[in-house]
This record gives sequence, C-alpha cells and structure tokens, in this order.
Amino acid sequence: MAARKSTAKKAAKPNVSAEELLTYYREMLLIRRFEEKAGQLYGMGLIGGFCHLYIGQEAVVVGLEAATKEGDKRITSYRDHGHMLACGMDPKGVMAELTGREGGYSKGKGGSMHMFSKEKHFYGGHGIVAAQVPLGAGLAFSDKYKGNDNVTFTYFGDGAANQGQVYESFNMAAIWKLPVIFVIENNQYAMGTSQARSTSTPDIYTRGEAFGIPGETVDGMDVLAVKAASEKAVAHCRAGKGPYILEVKTYRYRGHSMSDPAKYRTREEVQKMREERDAIEGVRQMLLTGNHASEEDLKAIDKEIKAVVNEAAEFSKESPEPALDELWTDIYA
Amino acid sequence: MATEILMPALSPTMEEGTLAKWLVKEGDTIESGMIMAEIETDKATMEFEAVDEGTMGPILVAEGTEGVKVNTAIAILLEEGEDANAVPATAPAAEAAAPVEAEAPVAAAPAAAAAPVISVNLEPDYPEGTAMKTQTVREALRDGMSEEMRRDENVFLMGEEVAEYQGAYKISQGMLDEFGDKRVIDTPITEHGFAGIAVGASFGGLRPIVEFMTFNFAMQAIDQIINSAAKTLYMSGGQMGAPMVFRGPNGAAARVGAQHSQDYAAWYAQIPGLKVVMPYSASDYKGLMKTAIRDPNPVIFLENEILYGRSGEVPDLEDYTVPFGKARIWREGSDVTIVSFGIGMQYALEAADKLAEDGISAEVVDLRTLRPLDYDTVLASVMKTNRCVTVEEGFPVASIGNHLSAVIMERAFDYLDAPVINCTGKDVPMPYAANLEKHALVTTDEVVAAVKQVTYR
Repeated sequence: MAARKSTAKKAAKPNVSAEELLTYYREMLLIRRFEEKAGQLYGMGLIGGFCHLYIGQEAVVVGLEAATKEGDKRITSYRDHGHMLACGMDPKGVMAELTGREGGYSKGKGGSMHMFSKEKHFYGGHGIVAAQVPLGAGLAFSDKYKGNDNVTFTYFGDGAANQGQVYESFNMAAIWKLPVIFVIENNQYAMGTSQARSTSTPDIYTRGEAFGIPGETVDGMDVLAVKAASEKAVAHCRAGKGPYILEVKTYRYRGHSMSDPAKYRTREEVQKMREERDAIEGVRQMLLTGNHASEEDLKAIDKEIKAVVNEAAEFSKESPEPALDELWTDIYA
Repeated sequence: MATEILMPALSPTMEEGTLAKWLVKEGDTIESGMIMAEIETDKATMEFEAVDEGTMGPILVAEGTEGVKVNTAIAILLEEGEDANAVPATAPAAEAAAPVEAEAPVAAAPAAAAAPVISVNLEPDYPEGTAMKTQTVREALRDGMSEEMRRDENVFLMGEEVAEYQGAYKISQGMLDEFGDKRVIDTPITEHGFAGIAVGASFGGLRPIVEFMTFNFAMQAIDQIINSAAKTLYMSGGQMGAPMVFRGPNGAAARVGAQHSQDYAAWYAQIPGLKVVMPYSASDYKGLMKTAIRDPNPVIFLENEILYGRSGEVPDLEDYTVPFGKARIWREGSDVTIVSFGIGMQYALEAADKLAEDGISAEVVDLRTLRPLDYDTVLASVMKTNRCVTVEEGFPVASIGNHLSAVIMERAFDYLDAPVINCTGKDVPMPYAANLEKHALVTTDEVVAAVKQVTYR
C-alpha cells in the first residue's frame, strides 16, 4: 500500500478523543458486518443480480463523512452500501432494498446499485461507471446557484477515473468554482484490471493539476488521515475556492462483485493487506493501546452491531415483495 | 459589362433577410473582399463581401429593407468606365442563380401552404376571440422560456453559445441581458459533461433547460439523458427525479450532411420516464415549451431549424400553455387520416391541399407530443375515415409511424379499409447533394401517392 505524499496522516492522531475513535470503530464495523451479512444473503439466493461489497474500504467513507455537516450531499457508484450506512441511512431499509422488498429505500425497484435518500442527501447509487461524476458536479452547481455553503462529495473509483466525462466535469467544476470534492476511491483494481495496466499516472489526483484543481492522496486504510484530509478539502470548498480532489488509496478484500473469482491478484496480496493494514483493526489497536476501551467494551460494541445487522437481515426477509401495481408507479412525477 | 449584385444566402436555411446597412455608396471603387453591406439573417447580422471589382452603380434595395428574398438584385456593379445607366447583364446573373433557387423549394414552398391552414385549427387551446400576434417560432420559443424564467427563479438555461453569442440559432437572443450570467450559462463544448451536470442540478432542486446546439450532439450525452434523467424517479421509488428540459433543433436542416441531419423522435419516444415534444406551429412551440418547463419530468423538446424562421399566430395571452398528450386536428376530412408531427406537418398539410383538388378529403392530425401520445384522437379519426397515412422525416425502421400502425391494427382493425402506409425519410444516411437530400427526406408527392393508394384512386 503506497500512500506516498500523504500529508495529513499522523498529524491528527494526538487530538483524537476516545469518543471519536469509538464512533469510527462503530461505523466501520457496521459497514463490515452489514456487508458480510449481505454476502451471506446473496449466497442464500435472497439477494440477486449484482452486489458489490465495500469490505476493506470502510475507512474511506467513514473518514470523509466525519467532516460533513447537515445539507452536504453525497453521490457514488454502484459500490454504495457503505456510503448509505455512513450517512445515517437505516440498515433495515438498505438491506430490504438488496432483497428487493417493499421496505427497501426504493420500494424494491432500485436494488443494490440504485438507492437514494432525499432526507440524508444521498443521491445514489449509479450503475454506469463515472456517470455520477457530472451528476455530483451538478448537485454542487445547485448549491452554488442557491448561494449556500453546502459541499457535494462525489465518489468514484480508479476505473471510473479513465472515463472522459470525469474530465469534462473537472473542467466545468474548475471554471465555475463548484463546491465539489471529487473522491477517487482507488482500490487498485478496475474490476479485474490493475491500475498499472489501465492508468497512465500512478497518482490519479495529479490529473486535476491540468485543470487547476488542487488535490492530494490519502492513506485510505487510516480513518484519521482520511478525516483530516476531508476537513481540509471541505474547508477549501466551503470557502468558495472551487473543487478539490482526494485520491484515497484503499483496497477491497472481496471480488469486484459477488460473481468475481478475483483471479487477477494473489490470495497472499489480499491476506497481507488484511493482516497488516486493516482500518478497523488499526482503530481497535489505537483504542486498546491508548486505554480508551477494554476488550470487553469492544466486544460489547461488536455484539451491538451484530444485533443491528441481524435485525436488518430479518427485516429484509420479512418485508413483503412489492405489490405488483408498483411496476407501474414512479415512472412519471 | 454591368452585373447585378444579388442578395446572398448566408446560412443553410436562409430564405430572406434584412438589408441592414450599406457600407458603400454609388460611385465607390469596389475591390474584391471589401465589405459592402451588413445583412441580417434570421440568426445573425453578417457582413457581405464583394467578389468582383468595379465601380458601385445604383443601389436597388435601400438599407433597412426587410424580407429581401435570396437572389434578389440589390445593387448594380459597373465595370471601369461604364456609366450608371448601363444595362445590367441580367441574363448571366439569373442563370447563375437558377440552381440555387432549385435547391431551395423544400424549405421555401410550404410557408405559403401552411399559413392559410392555421385558421382551420379545430381544437384551439385558447378561448375564442383571443387576440393573436404574429411571431416566428424562434421568438415564440424565447418568449416561452423567458416567461417561465420570470415566473420561477430555479429555471435556468445552459448550453453552448446560449449567452454571449445569443444562441447558435439566436433562440436565446436577449436572454443574457435580462437574466444575467447566473441563469443563462455558456458551457464548454462538452455535451456529455454538461448534460450530466444539468441532471445533477435538477436532483438538487433546480429546473434546468439544456440547449443542445443540435440533437445530433446529444448522442454524446444520451447516457445521462436516459440512464440518469429518465430512470432515477423509478429507481428511487419516487423519491427524486429530474424536472428539466433538453431542447434544440432535431432532424434535417438543409445541406448539412449525414452527421447533422438525424431525426431522433422515435429514439426518445421509446423511453419510459421521458416526455417527448415535437411541435410544428409557433403557438405550439410557445405553449408546449412553457408546459415542458413546468413538467416535473425530463422533457425532450425536439425543434426544427427550418421552422425557426416561420411565422404563425400566437395567442397574445399572459400565460399561454398547451397540454401534453393532446393532438391537434388541423383540418377535418372524411376520406383519409394523415397523422404527422413537427416538420412532417408541412408535407401533410401540403398533401391535403393537393388532394382536395382531386376531391379527396383528408383529415390532418398533428400529434404535437409523442410521449404521451394522443392515441384516442388518432383512433377516433381513423375509425371515421377508415384509412391512415403517417408522415415523418425520421428513418423508416421502428419509426413513430410503425408504432402507430401497430396500435391502429390492434385497436381499430375492423375499421380499416386499407393497410396503413408510413411515409418516412429513406433508409439511408443523409446525403449532401441537393437533389439526393431532397429525395432522402419524405416528400409531399409521396404523401399524396400514399393517400391515393389507401383510397384506391
């Protein structure tokens, strides 16, 4: 994991409170347990189609969300379960959408890749690689037009970073000074193609330089580093200085989707990352070594999270399938 | 020998223009490349350069004259030593002009045909006795947008050259001055990107109007139009959608070749979640544009460059809107139903006039919106006339006419006395050559022949 040029990495640690660390621990653990459960339900045939798990990348969205305020918006790709949980959407509604039930956020009509929450300012959930990038710039455009200081977090992967519309968006975001943070979640594989084989520059954020957009890379396995970088980017956008790019170097432990055997990387590579760099384990060690929490405290949290996830799973199984007349609703407003 | 200086055609669709200003006077020495006059087309004021050298003779059309037809003699150019009374060599000039004129009638002829038919509108969308004003389609569109922008500050216009340039086709003339650059926004040439930004802005609560310089360029953006704008309301279980308008000229203009001449009506009409509008008359352009802007769904508003300069009667009302999903019967008839929309209407109406001379009474239905589509009006008419011909400029395969034929077959089969015939553009990319282009589009003669076929005449 090469997070060179990580400017924010260590600086924030001394100031972090036990309460804050516990919050991140809880939020990251919720995502991981939720995704593990989703994988299990997929295996049981309760979730169908495409299902892209976020396991391994938890620190990215949790760290970024740590710097948000009410009114800020977020939009992402199809690997979206973590983002929804991190912005406070109900795990029950998310899981029930995965199972295609009436109680899901989109009443079962969106699925894993297409969920939204107006209340939490979560704008999807988009299945066409990079299409969410101009959409995110457009959300930022709407806030600038209305004259507020909200910021839009526009997430996309290293694979999406090779789509032309990303650079069309960079250009317009720069000339119109849109309050948008482009978050490149670089998990190093665009489906099965490694970054080295697909991307001309090792540090994707440097592509922003051509548009005059400042950016930096961040260690995405370190939630505190991500949070510090997020605060810096948010301050830039809120001050009306235009867009900012954060390239967060991360790693997904699972395949691209449930049907991906992941033959393009070695078992050892994944194992090494899990053992040496896991973000949740990192926070866990910080909590223990700093005497912020005991093993018992953390076990209690684990238990609590497990209960939330089990409750979501139960809800997603019990919630009925949508009524057949739902087929014909929500086509036109 | 003296030669006539002719009114030039300065755009692909120009039929006439205003001679705004003479920059030379009688007796001036003219050199080739010299700017002789300023001519206003329907889109812009252009400088008119001299081609030949000589001495300026008498000016035949005074500055400020409006409606000067292309190829009208506007001045005389004298050769050295000639006197101002020299007889101009009209013969060669006219000969040179002839082929140009021969290329024009596709656009030129129907204006006259369409005009008288306006009074035959049987289902007006405005109260009887409403005062009317004559406007071009271009002005009607601008007024429709401007009125809605005055009404709702969340409405804004974005696109290439919409602001400082005043619109590539001068649709947004004056709008930058009125609304400022916050609401009339020049974009870079980046259709995919700005279409996506506009969809995102609509998710964020704004009401964007996106101008595509032509719908041909919207193919760069079609993923955002269909996957993002049309489907989000459904995918979000009704939580959020894209209340916005995508608008611009669609279909063939004149002599602009294959990549700039496609009619996308059938493409967009196929997509659930979109509404699709394709007006013909100036009043519908205005009333439907206002309805499109207010509609809480993504609306595809397909305009036509040739129609931009056409004038029509527009109700002089404070707030004139035309509902979606309501076809307009332009003329009643008993022998055959001709269904069309957009510029196809000019062929339909011309054909109806010609057929009347042969004693065939055609009912002409203008669909106006393709999604929603007013099936009831079409079916009621076909049940009355028992025959139907559809007319459009788009490609023949999976055309709007194909779809209507199927619906008529399913729902009015027993009423049909003949198979429905679809008159469409030809199944070829648009050629450039004038004669080939004319033939590639649907023609009035083809509509007349189709009607004669279904009426067994």
